[in-house]
Amino acid sequence: MAILQVNPTRMELTGLKKRLKTAQRGHKLLKDKQDELMKKFIELVTKNKELRETVEAELTQSFKDFLIARAVMSSESLEEAIMYPIDKIALEVGTKNIMSVNSPVIHLVKEEKEDNDTSNYPYGFASTSSELDSAINSLKQVLDKMVQLAEVEKTCQLMADEIEKTRRRVNALEYVMIPQLLETVRYITMKLDENERGNRVRLMKVKEMLGK
Amino acid sequence: MYMYKIGVIGDKDSILGFKALGISVFPTTDTKQASKILIDLAKEKYAIIFITEQIAKDIKDYIDVYKQSLMPAIILIPNNQGTLGIGMNAVRQSVEKAIGADILFGKEGR
Repeated sequence: MAILQVNPTRMELTGLKKRLKTAQRGHKLLKDKQDELMKKFIELVTKNKELRETVEAELTQSFKDFLIARAVMSSESLEEAIMYPIDKIALEVGTKNIMSVNSPVIHLVKEEKEDNDTSNYPYGFASTSSELDSAINSLKQVLDKMVQLAEVEKTCQLMADEIEKTRRRVNALEYVMIPQLLETVRYITMKLDENERGNRVRLMKVKEMLGK
Repeated sequence: MYMYKIGVIGDKDSILGFKALGISVFPTTDTKQASKILIDLAKEKYAIIFITEQIAKDIKDYIDVYKQSLMPAIILIPNNQGTLGIGMNAVRQSVEKAIGADILFGKEGR
């Protein structure tokens, strides 16, 4: 391990020792952060995987339903039927801080229609098929999960990034910075000791010469 | 609080149903057009953009741009021909990136 380019003086030694202490403290803190991030991440990513599996399965099913609906009706009348949606859907997005990772919190807000008398569907029943009803119903049910998936997956992506960054920092401190500092401190101590010994020998020699 | 929107990009046959739910639908099959739509949506107040895997696989570079920003969340969904496994792969990749080894999917033997 290469040592830092410094003058072997007592002042440098004090400075280096201070830096070493800071580095070690930083390393410990970052390591703790990494551990906690990892724990949260594993929790979340397991959820992410499960959610994605269910969403993919349910969505595929919904698409199949929809395909059947399309097959039964002419595409013009189908498009006409769903042209004007009855529900308005919006998202409320907040942020949550998980171990310094800003992650989104997404809520689905449905603006329900005012009067409950009208049907759940944005079209009349005369020109549409019942397959379309069920297709839209199943899509509606998947949507909640899809929004949840979006929130979890985005958080996972952001956390993965943060974990990678933190790991780099921890490793840089652990394997480069701290060994380097230790080595340099050792080098300076040795050099200073050596100087000390040299000085003492010289003094002894001088005393011997004076004594003669 | 400002209300954000949901957008869906994909081939028309797959995503038209979302329109009935009140979600903005952008049917396209053209790669160039899809990337343009994506960029436009990201600039506007869209918090979640769902893209079918069939389209996403061709505009991966554009999607990756938004991977590290808080919004929008770009989520891949299967289309009506079933899943290509790209979305799942992305989850696996983020596990590998964070942990260094694939611990979630490995035991299932893929």
